[in-house]
Amino acid sequence: MAHGPAKGLRRWLFTTNHKDIGSMYLWFSFAMFIVGGIFALIVRAELFEPGLQIVDPNFFNQMTTMHGLVMVFGAIMPAFVGLANWMIPLMIGAPDMALPRMNNWSFWILPFAFLMLLSTLFMPGGGPNFGWTFYAPLSTKYAPESVIFFIFAVHIMGASSIMGAINIIATVLNMRAPGMTLMKMPLFVWTWLITAYLLIVVMPVLAGAVTMVLMDTRFGTSFFDGAGGGDPVMFQHIFWFFGHPEVYIMILPAFGIISAIIPTFARKPLFGYSSMVYATASIAFLSFTVWAHHMFTVGMPIAGELFFMYATMLIAVPTGVKVFNWAATMFKGAMTFETPMLFAIAFVMLFTIGGLSGLMLAIAPADFQYHDTYFVVAHFHYVLVPGALFSIIAAAYYWLPKWSGRMYNEVLGKTHFWVAFIGLNLTFFPMHFAGLAGMPRRIPDYHMMFADWNMISSIGALIFGASQILFLYIVLDAIFRGKKATGQVWEGAEGLEWTLPSPAPYHTFSKPPEIK
Amino acid sequence: MLKRARGLWAWLLAPAVLIISNQTMAEEVERWKLNMVEGVTPISREVYGLHMLMFWWCVVIAVVVFTIMFYSMIMHRKSRGVKASNFHESTVLEIVWTAIPLIILIAMAFPATTSLIKLYDTSEAELDVVITGYQWRWRYEYLDEDVYFFSNMSTPREQIEGLEARGANYLLEVDEPLVIPVDTKVRFLITAADVIHSWWVPAFGIKTDSIPGFINEAWAIVDTPGTYRGQCAELCGRDHGFMPIVVEALPKDEYQQWLDQKRTDLAEIRQLTEQTFEFEELYQRGQQVYTQWCVACHRADGAGVSGIFPALIGGVSVGPVEGHMDVVVNGVPGTAMQAFGEQLSEVDIAAVITYERNAWGNNMGDMVQPIDIFNFKQND
Ligand code: HEC
Ligand code: HEM
Ligand SMILES: [Cu+2]
Ligand SMILES: [Cu+2]
Repeated sequence: MAHGPAKGLRRWLFTTNHKDIGSMYLWFSFAMFIVGGIFALIVRAELFEPGLQIVDPNFFNQMTTMHGLVMVFGAIMPAFVGLANWMIPLMIGAPDMALPRMNNWSFWILPFAFLMLLSTLFMPGGGPNFGWTFYAPLSTKYAPESVIFFIFAVHIMGASSIMGAINIIATVLNMRAPGMTLMKMPLFVWTWLITAYLLIVVMPVLAGAVTMVLMDTRFGTSFFDGAGGGDPVMFQHIFWFFGHPEVYIMILPAFGIISAIIPTFARKPLFGYSSMVYATASIAFLSFTVWAHHMFTVGMPIAGELFFMYATMLIAVPTGVKVFNWAATMFKGAMTFETPMLFAIAFVMLFTIGGLSGLMLAIAPADFQYHDTYFVVAHFHYVLVPGALFSIIAAAYYWLPKWSGRMYNEVLGKTHFWVAFIGLNLTFFPMHFAGLAGMPRRIPDYHMMFADWNMISSIGALIFGASQILFLYIVLDAIFRGKKATGQVWEGAEGLEWTLPSPAPYHTFSKPPEIK
Repeated sequence: MLKRARGLWAWLLAPAVLIISNQTMAEEVERWKLNMVEGVTPISREVYGLHMLMFWWCVVIAVVVFTIMFYSMIMHRKSRGVKASNFHESTVLEIVWTAIPLIILIAMAFPATTSLIKLYDTSEAELDVVITGYQWRWRYEYLDEDVYFFSNMSTPREQIEGLEARGANYLLEVDEPLVIPVDTKVRFLITAADVIHSWWVPAFGIKTDSIPGFINEAWAIVDTPGTYRGQCAELCGRDHGFMPIVVEALPKDEYQQWLDQKRTDLAEIRQLTEQTFEFEELYQRGQQVYTQWCVACHRADGAGVSGIFPALIGGVSVGPVEGHMDVVVNGVPGTAMQAFGEQLSEVDIAAVITYERNAWGNNMGDMVQPIDIFNFKQND
């Protein structure tokens, strides 16, 4: 084999190179982010003022459902896998991922899964309209015909995630350069290693859930049908046994990214490295014991209710430790505020807000009032948008010079940050108020007392959406016209990836690097 | 940077504020409401207290964290010429910031636990109301009182579509509210007939899922007479946003009067079964029933929603009467078409069938009498 990449389309179709595959994952996830964003904007346009103006309620439900599915499985998760592909080999001094052919396969099945999922919108009866949580029996007996395509698509996404996870575990455990002990690994590698185990445990559970839905809709079983001896609440237990670890799948790699960026721009080592590792591990472990906090109102026995309340409160402790460690890293540093750092600081602050509202939600009696209202929508967007999404954007700015060999435009980058930051808070902060005032989620129309908050949210969403177009421009501008980047890129950056030239050559660490 | 950001805020907010202040709204509507209601039951007050307690703890924690971060961002920036220190570990600190949150949380767990125990204590109720969620309405049944009825949203479609001015209780009004006495422990037994719904009245601190095949319990002692409004809180299909809950809490004697009246009304409806009606009467009544019960799916023009809800033009509506009665009385199992036999009175079923057979160009020219429905049910 030659040393450079193949030419043309074949390069991308047949590539087994971790950098190529990483780039494809990242571009794919950006495309899905735009698609999911358009769905969200349709939702927000309908909610701009009271009354039904733009869409039919059934289509509205399809939009919220598709928005959730596309953002979770199409935008956030593939972006993290893309970052893992690019960065893990560079961070641990490995020549490539351990299973390169599987790597190609796990990427290339994704576009087909999403093509199939999105095509359901054009089928008679419409696409999935039962929420991304697809509670039975709304997703079984009462589902549109297209539910089987939704199920198949989820199966493929799950297979892709499991393959990605196996690959990451195999790479981290077998391919580290000599001297790169586990406790020397950058936190991004650690958090991804732990995330990969979470994925391997819970994705099969999701596959089981969709398979049972398939059996109930097409093969006459009654897993979730009380009339046939089944139990619709069991569906929720199974779903959230997947679903809660899933939210940590979407945030643990983010913790790793932030733990790389803050020390760089504070010019000071990460505070409490080992406590960060242990906190990540305990969050991952506890994440399996809290699932029913999504189900406080289903009528669980009080013992169950109490157990899940206490466990959920407990998970806030290691999460708090992380926030304190980041704050301590900033303390007495010598900080500069380049774009990645701005996104990272916003991450810490706004993720904290999302974590604190999570703590309120953990209090079971109070959750009876919060549950299924816009308060919850505000909560999970504060952890997902300035959380998961901002960490990905921060990572893109932080490593783009290493990937492309060119710097992005700092002024535009900062503009992107401020517009996104303002748009985001305008969108999601008022949702706390609407929710507390009594607005349920997943409704296409509402009483006038919620009108003011909703209008602000919709305006914020438009601003946030527009800022992402600027992001695309900044990235393209950097790739095609940017100033040449040095190998070190950032003054305070440490780690193996910065010992390489920028852009990182097509093959790196063919000879293992020296670890000090 | 900061100054520029502040300018941006003002600039961005201006149009929003303008639009909002120009918006015309019913005057009674409370605006910019930001917090949970305190409510009118012992549970809702406890929950409100817990909510505020947690909120202030969260504010305290946020202030501590943000102060440290802002202090560092202001004081420890490279442009001030500071040199970074190199400390990066402290077991003592790690223990401190594990222990303090843990203690706060344990302190919070106590009131939360006692409230939860109270919330779960549905014993010794003086009145039992069975609440059943349907797509998309609620059914209330007073146990041992032989009184039951359905409660449908009463906001006209014209308001939703913006053709009419919106009323003060837009989307939060029903044709028949649930009525309960004050100062009485009422137990709600909550279940569903089709998909999962959730019965939520914020002022009572109750949100309980209504699940087909299960019965969940909740309770309330309302101490202030009044009208309390809520909404279904679990996605239950197309019209999930349009199944409000209205509860009227009446003084005990007024409640008793209402209950007696209700019983008489129900008996009268049952008598109608024995009467024979003119075509015009049935058609008119049928149109009303249709608008209230069937439009959500089959649409006002009978055209349905392609691929989900069939059109009623043609089909069984122009076939034999028995087939038509069968669909409406027994529903179509496994689809969204419910069995209306239990939900509607004989008159109403007869009327709506007559309507369907003669509306939208179906022009069958025949009609169905309540007694036909009664007989059909008997032989079924
Ligand atoms: C929740 C939505 C829903 C509501 C409300 C509803 N229907 Fe239906 N209806 C359906 C569906 C779905 C079908 C198709 C069932 C099937 O697959 O055969 C149907 C079928 C029918 C049919 C048979 C149509 C044909 O030609 O095959 C009739 C008649 C009918 N409904 C009458 C009514 C009447 C009368 C009401 C009001 C009292 C009503 N429906 C309310 C969903 C609904
Ligand atoms: C442009 C920014 C975004 C806007 C304006 C937005 C807006 C919304 C709205 C209006 C809803 C529906 C609320 C409801 O009625 O239940 C929603 C749901 C949701 N959003 Fe977002 N969102 C954005 C970004 C994201 C991102 C980045 C994620 C990442 C994972 C995400 C995940 C979800 C999920 C999981 C749901 C729940 C879907 C469901 O209820 O089935 N959103 N969002
Ligand atoms: Cu959770
Ligand atoms: Cu509902």
